[in-house]
Amino acid sequence: MNQRNPSVIPAGLPSGGAPSSQAKALLFSMKRIRAVEETIASRYNEQKMRCPTHLSIGQEGIAAGVGLALNRDDFMMSTHRAHAHYLAKGGNLPAMIAEIYGKVTGCCRGKGGSMHLVDEEAGFMGSTAIVGNTIPVAVGLGLSIKLRNTNQVSCVFFGDGATEEGVFYESVSFAALKKLPVLFICENNFYSVYSPLRVRQPEGRKIHQLAGSLGLPASHGDGNDAVRVYDMARRAVDGIRRGAGPQFLEFTTYRWREHCGPNFDNDIGYRTEDEYLAWKKRDPIVMLQESLLGDGRATREELDGMAATAQAEVDGAFAFAGQSPFPDPSEAYTGVFK
Amino acid sequence: MRSISFAQAINEALSEAMRQDERVICYGLGVDDPKGVFGTTLGLQEKFGDHRVFDMPTAENAMTGVAIGASLNGIRPVMTHQRLDFFLLAMDQLVNNAAKWHYMFGGRRSVPITIRLILGRGWGQGPTHSQNLQAWFAHIPGLKVVMPTTAEDAKGLLLSSIFDENPVVFLEHRWLHNVQGHVPEGDFRIPIGKAHVVREGADVTIVSMSYMTIEALHAMEFLEKNGVSCELVDLRTVSPLDWDTVFNSVKKTGRLLALDTGSATGSVAGEIVARVSMGLWSSLKQAPRRLAMPDFPEPTSPALTQGFHVRAEHIAREVAEMLGKAIDHGQIAAQRKHPHDVPGNWFNGPF
Ligand SMILES: Cc1ncc(C[n+]2csc(CCOP(=O)(O)OP(=O)(O)O)c2C)c(N)n1
Repeated sequence: MNQRNPSVIPAGLPSGGAPSSQAKALLFSMKRIRAVEETIASRYNEQKMRCPTHLSIGQEGIAAGVGLALNRDDFMMSTHRAHAHYLAKGGNLPAMIAEIYGKVTGCCRGKGGSMHLVDEEAGFMGSTAIVGNTIPVAVGLGLSIKLRNTNQVSCVFFGDGATEEGVFYESVSFAALKKLPVLFICENNFYSVYSPLRVRQPEGRKIHQLAGSLGLPASHGDGNDAVRVYDMARRAVDGIRRGAGPQFLEFTTYRWREHCGPNFDNDIGYRTEDEYLAWKKRDPIVMLQESLLGDGRATREELDGMAATAQAEVDGAFAFAGQSPFPDPSEAYTGVFK
Repeated sequence: MRSISFAQAINEALSEAMRQDERVICYGLGVDDPKGVFGTTLGLQEKFGDHRVFDMPTAENAMTGVAIGASLNGIRPVMTHQRLDFFLLAMDQLVNNAAKWHYMFGGRRSVPITIRLILGRGWGQGPTHSQNLQAWFAHIPGLKVVMPTTAEDAKGLLLSSIFDENPVVFLEHRWLHNVQGHVPEGDFRIPIGKAHVVREGADVTIVSMSYMTIEALHAMEFLEKNGVSCELVDLRTVSPLDWDTVFNSVKKTGRLLALDTGSATGSVAGEIVARVSMGLWSSLKQAPRRLAMPDFPEPTSPALTQGFHVRAEHIAREVAEMLGKAIDHGQIAAQRKHPHDVPGNWFNGPF
């Protein structure tokens, strides 16, 4: 094991001052995602969610911010770590939980599992489990938007690891060449599985600068500051809708739990407990909450109410999944072709 | 002889190869991480240094080309991927370059690289983490394709693969990593291209590879109690395939059941049925049979994988049918103590 690669922790306080309706929408979106992910984590060991599952706890700010900046009919695509994105885009929660439980009421009727989510009605066109795999597909959606002249935006999420794949460069280049309405969102959580950035990318290189050199506007921000994410995403989306072509946003953040599965794994040696604790102090939910309480935009009761509402919805979704039937085994042998 | 796991056997082979020959290097996503690719690469970086054992960018195609380039100048790279599915990004370098280099440049240089790919199964690995595409690789002239079953074969064949002068695709089934077996210490090699007659028998020849051999053994144990004697040929290498051993066995029994871990159409098992039918028509007592995966992507839900894979009970049923015998093959499944989607209680997902 190579020695550690301290992730870069943004300094300073979150940008406060967003209109309270937006800030509260962001906070609720994050709390809801957190409640879903925590519930999955706490129940995973019951061994009924029998598929690889990648949680976004700690990373909710980016999903919430970008999700709020998009319209329902905009497209979104994502990766193996997709729960937060799907939810922030308005994907059906009970159908997602049922999918993780392998039930016929799941969004893929049990064929896809946690790593393959879809909710076309919410514009969530799919998430897949091969790194970099959905980037060109989202660019293709962007091409279709341009051809059909519909003023939508196609947004794609991917991690820092995906920017190492050739297909990333190929896709971004084509989007830039054709000025396609694509919003690229890189969630830089500093690790690909257990591998820190420093064993994968040259020292000192910035992902957004690299992307910018491919011919599109690219910037970066603190992904744990949901308000800032929202502002940046909204501005980017406005530009894209005006026909200015694709944009690239890199957000730094941190995954709290293990790469795949429900546990904490700071003890196994690829990163330190201290690093995790430093990021935990910058919990995107707590930071926004404190900002709202601090200047009186929200009360404790309101926040408690949000948490209770979210948890009730999540409990309902788990109950739905639990009560749903499994698909008939014969369904495995259907649906290869339309 | 001491007993170690398949995963430890892989680790020993890597260690032995690197100890013997400083030109051997080993890289891949996570080879130096705390889990060490299911334990197979643990400790190698400490022993041999980070210039010879290193993590890599998520760039499968480029890193395969890098292996090819390094091998042209005397290095022997061993590349590892935690799933075969991830390696599909590298088909260009593998198929257009590695497989053809020696041939298309008139035999000047060969490409001595070894590519370890892990075949996923169970716990909802699903459509993109469970593909068994050995037939794709076997279809490409210029690639050797190795699929060991036992810990002993894993070590012996990996050492042979690393020191082979040609590109070798080395396929490890995830459900085998924990299987224990007697493994010789030190430099120990099993030749590529030699099948192994695991059990001799008289009534039916079962040809299998990798994890299917384990299911076949369970089936045979049951069949034996029911008075049926099978001969089991574990291919160990699916390309080049040891036709002599397969043919000799089928000549003896007159019956063939070919097993495959991949989907049926265009499978290695299909090729075996074809060649045996063409070459041994007059020795066959009946039409050869094949059991392979259905021609469908693997679904995720445990409800959908129920009955999806070929298990011992299916093999026993098929053999009994061939011989016109009535046996209660349901007993096999009834004796299984863990859920169908895990190889044993040691495996609780998620990966
Ligand atoms: C082509 C490919 N290579 C490797 C993998 C194994 N893998 C699964 S997730 C992952 C991490 C990718 O890191 P990143 O893109 O930064 O996303 P994160 O997990 O941090 O969200 C890897 C390497 C894969 N799924 N696909």
